[in-house]
Amino acid sequence: MNLKTKLKQLPGSWYFLGTIVIVYLLLSVFNKGIYLDSLSFFNQIIYKIIPIFILVFILMTLSNYFITPKFVMKHLQEKGLKKWFFVIVGGILSSGPIYMWYPLLADLKNKGLSYGLIACFLYNRAIKIPLIPLAIVYFNWQYILVLLIVMIFASVIQGILLNKLMEVNK
Amino acid sequence: MENNTIKQSAQKAVKGLWMALPMILGTVLLISLISAIVPKSFYLTVFSKNSFLDSLIGGLIGSISAGNPITSYIFGGEMLKQGVGLIAVTAFLVSWVTVGLIQLPAESAILGKKFAILRNVSAFIISVIVAIFTVLILGAIS
Repeated sequence: MNLKTKLKQLPGSWYFLGTIVIVYLLLSVFNKGIYLDSLSFFNQIIYKIIPIFILVFILMTLSNYFITPKFVMKHLQEKGLKKWFFVIVGGILSSGPIYMWYPLLADLKNKGLSYGLIACFLYNRAIKIPLIPLAIVYFNWQYILVLLIVMIFASVIQGILLNKLMEVNK
Repeated sequence: MENNTIKQSAQKAVKGLWMALPMILGTVLLISLISAIVPKSFYLTVFSKNSFLDSLIGGLIGSISAGNPITSYIFGGEMLKQGVGLIAVTAFLVSWVTVGLIQLPAESAILGKKFAILRNVSAFIISVIVAIFTVLILGAIS
């Protein structure tokens, strides 16, 4: 495989990092003051987040091990209020990229899951338990706890709203 | 879909973090650079100190941004240090993870255009409401 092919296969995020590194290299030549200030700030942030990454890795491994799409799909088919509860828990515990869940949700939609419950599930995917330690480092546990509770309530409100709006728009 | 073994789960976690690594490193480098170049007063001019307007601006920035939530925590934390209000930062954090403009085409194609648009628009509006309520509750309990 030649260099050109290898470069084509690199995800865009590596180009983003590469571009920033080039800017730093240019600054190290043309403006040492800004370069050193930026690097010192960078070190401060990195030292702060490295230990948290180890915890994030452990929590991500556990979440990948225990929470599979099959597990979530099984519980999303509960009845009544229980359904909302499992949709919230399922959304919070689900892992992986969001688009991985679209086909499963479309399948559940065909099996009777309402648009509101799908919206509620997707909203709760925003709550990532493995990342909570890092969020607490940047903010504080009280703020994160209140935010999570408000977000769970908001997910139900969005679900109810979507059910109504989709009915109106039918 | 088969259950993962612990080794496979750990490999998946490493893969997930590895995929996020360039974006996280790039963002931290960019934030460090911006912090060195842009004076604090600049942020205070973008955000007006009007809670509602600030939450709209924060929500809008979060909506058009994309990537791992870790990046949003780092960015949000630094915004807070620069003097941006908690309501704006909260709207930014919430819209970052609940509004998915990048995934909109895939969401439209699989779950329906109407649903995808309504879900994303309502998620943006709700991010502002969540931000206001979160800060109000925090103020009431502290």
